[in-house]
Amino acid sequence: MSSAFASSRTNGSEIVKELAFFAVVALLMSVMILGVETVDRPTGLELAVRWDLVLLAIGSTVVGRLALIIRRESISRLVQAVLITITAVAVFEMFVRFRDMDDRWASPVSFDMAFSSAVSTVVALAFIAIVFAIAYFSMKEKGVAEVEESEKLSSKIQLAYRSNTKKIGLVGIIFFIIFPFIFGENRSAIDLATLVMIYIMLGWGLNIVVGLAGLLDLGYVAFYAVGAYSYALLSQNFDLSFWLCLPLAGIFAASFGIILGFPVLRLRGDYLAIVTLGFGEIIRVVLINWYDLTGGPDGISSIERPSFFGLADFSRRVPEGTIGFNELFGMEYSSMHRLIFLYYLILALALVTNFVTMRLRKLPIGRAWEALREDEIACRSLGINPTNTKLSAFAIGAMFGGFAGAFFATRQGFISPESFTFLESAVILAIVVLGGMGSQIGVVLAAIVMIGFPEMFRELAEYRMLIFGAGIVAIMLWRPRGLLSFRDPTILLNMSQKEKVAGELK
Amino acid sequence: MTDNKLLEVEHLTMRFGGLVAIDNLSFTANKREITAIIGPNGAGKTTVFNCLTGFYVPTEGRLTLHADDGPRLLERTEGFHIPRNNGVARTFQNIRLFTGMTVLENLIVAQHNRLMEASAFSIAGLFNLGRYSRAEKAAIEKAEFWLNKVGLYDQADWNAGNLPYGSQRRLEIARAMCTDPSLLCLDEPAAGLNPRESAELNVLLQSIRDDQGVGCLLIEHDMSVVMQISDHVIVLDYGRKIADGNPEAVKNDPAVIRAYLGEDEDDELPPEVAADLNVDPNAH
Repeated sequence: MSSAFASSRTNGSEIVKELAFFAVVALLMSVMILGVETVDRPTGLELAVRWDLVLLAIGSTVVGRLALIIRRESISRLVQAVLITITAVAVFEMFVRFRDMDDRWASPVSFDMAFSSAVSTVVALAFIAIVFAIAYFSMKEKGVAEVEESEKLSSKIQLAYRSNTKKIGLVGIIFFIIFPFIFGENRSAIDLATLVMIYIMLGWGLNIVVGLAGLLDLGYVAFYAVGAYSYALLSQNFDLSFWLCLPLAGIFAASFGIILGFPVLRLRGDYLAIVTLGFGEIIRVVLINWYDLTGGPDGISSIERPSFFGLADFSRRVPEGTIGFNELFGMEYSSMHRLIFLYYLILALALVTNFVTMRLRKLPIGRAWEALREDEIACRSLGINPTNTKLSAFAIGAMFGGFAGAFFATRQGFISPESFTFLESAVILAIVVLGGMGSQIGVVLAAIVMIGFPEMFRELAEYRMLIFGAGIVAIMLWRPRGLLSFRDPTILLNMSQKEKVAGELK
Repeated sequence: MTDNKLLEVEHLTMRFGGLVAIDNLSFTANKREITAIIGPNGAGKTTVFNCLTGFYVPTEGRLTLHADDGPRLLERTEGFHIPRNNGVARTFQNIRLFTGMTVLENLIVAQHNRLMEASAFSIAGLFNLGRYSRAEKAAIEKAEFWLNKVGLYDQADWNAGNLPYGSQRRLEIARAMCTDPSLLCLDEPAAGLNPRESAELNVLLQSIRDDQGVGCLLIEHDMSVVMQISDHVIVLDYGRKIADGNPEAVKNDPAVIRAYLGEDEDDELPPEVAADLNVDPNAH
């Protein structure tokens, strides 16, 4: 190695030593986890060894380390880029080779599927590139000039973002409104957009509790469940329409928010998180075990679909006494109509959530939430009632969760406790945290990253989780406070927003 | 004289388990006066404040605030109700600003209850009805008044946490004043200020007393502040009142000198303490 790079600071034997060390570490880490596998044979469970996997792990580690070494030594940027590309391709080639070597890989894991399409290949390469990029930037020791330059750039981006927040938001809204016109016939695109929009709404709802009021809530999915089950049960038992149940679901969820809020008023931080986590589980366990009411693990099926504001129905064969949506507008029947309607419904609900939140932020209640997040004792000394303030945050956040739940129930037509596990809470919380606490546009970005991307790359099967993990690591490295972690003041006295940002960044 | 009383503390006792933090303390503070509470560390000064502002419920005693519309018993109200309904505002020994919010927002949050009422508990505010915008405008005007008063008008849109220390102290006082108190409790407002800043603080506090007509209760270790602006000084030691009177009288009170300097006085008093207390080190 050293002869190849005359300018390198480390000599060849040292590099070999370093590589050997990392190979040993990789061996120790992978030998038990990857190296042995229990196989179900007619004679019983047996152990099978998978040295190829271990070798692959060691190989990737060594190659990756090599890439880092190449980076670390002072070699010109161009050479580095070429070498990193070569190593990336080499790693990718190794993956493909190993896959071809062993048939076992092809069948249970959809590995073939993963690399079958050109898109997937690009994605896989992109993943490898991300990994290398992370390694590249995290190891880099920046010179003063470089740091300054990158700070200047990031502050420019900040300035551009913060002085154009409204425009960016408007462009986003217009994009989401015309989305069905672009992808009108693409069923999966509309479905995915609807799913992302549900999570955007949940993220915005939770943002009130976590982002504004600073109350760490790990059980937000409970309110989502309450909303979903209130609609399903009211619709099935009392034959109420979706449009009547939607506000009721919100009210029920808000009352549950207050019920949860009361016992946890004195708790903060980790303790609050634990209790809310427990609350989420309680709701789920009750749903599973109260068989008479909720159908337990079987869930509730054939939940009524929403009508077009009570005017028309979306099904092909409309019930007697109502007219079909297509008849109302004199169109051909299409199953897409309902999907697009559902998409616009959740878009409207999400936008209502957003506008209410933005408005509340500028009202005394919103400022009190933020003040409570900053310092509860100071709030008390100013005569702010911490109990009511916290409860209102819980209730309003829960209400939007309930709306989203009712929508979820009517969209799926089937709900079961399976849909309301802790993982959902974690995903919603991750959306809020990754987006940048309190940032509305950040939530949209994070929801697209967290929900949209994994669904888009579903054909990559479980390998998408690798990409997902790499993405999260990248966000933690570069934007540890979330994608967009700026707080917009709710009121300004004498400076425009632009001047303020400029002044702050100076 | 009686109708000039603002705060009457009678037989206030505060026990934490076996520890008696305040022992049978009685004093009065008058309207339009600055009453200073001084005493060595651990004398129970901040505990008095915590009792007055509802953070502690006193074990025994009566705290009467003679507001303009009649007397109020502070020990009967709890927590945030005292600043909200009874007009007692306070600042903290370690500054407690909303550091992530702007200076102006800090002052608007202080007017929370009035704005909350005007926004009909957010319902009128949500639809931006006129009543709320008028109330908000008035709140901003009041905030601007105090910003000018404490000299922070140009920093109004800064994050409160980015202000220098002295400005943070002044902002905390402005924030407390935005709640329209009749009694302002200041917990060591001059701690960490340089001489010029504490001189400015003196002017500010005198203006609060004279122009706003608000009675101040002041805990302070900085004798240059205490002696210059106080109308009335109360000295605590181990939770008991050991002296009460005008600054001149307290300064020369042997009990006070003993409390600050110990029982066995010798001739080698620390010079700055001697100077502060205006005692000739060789006099006794």
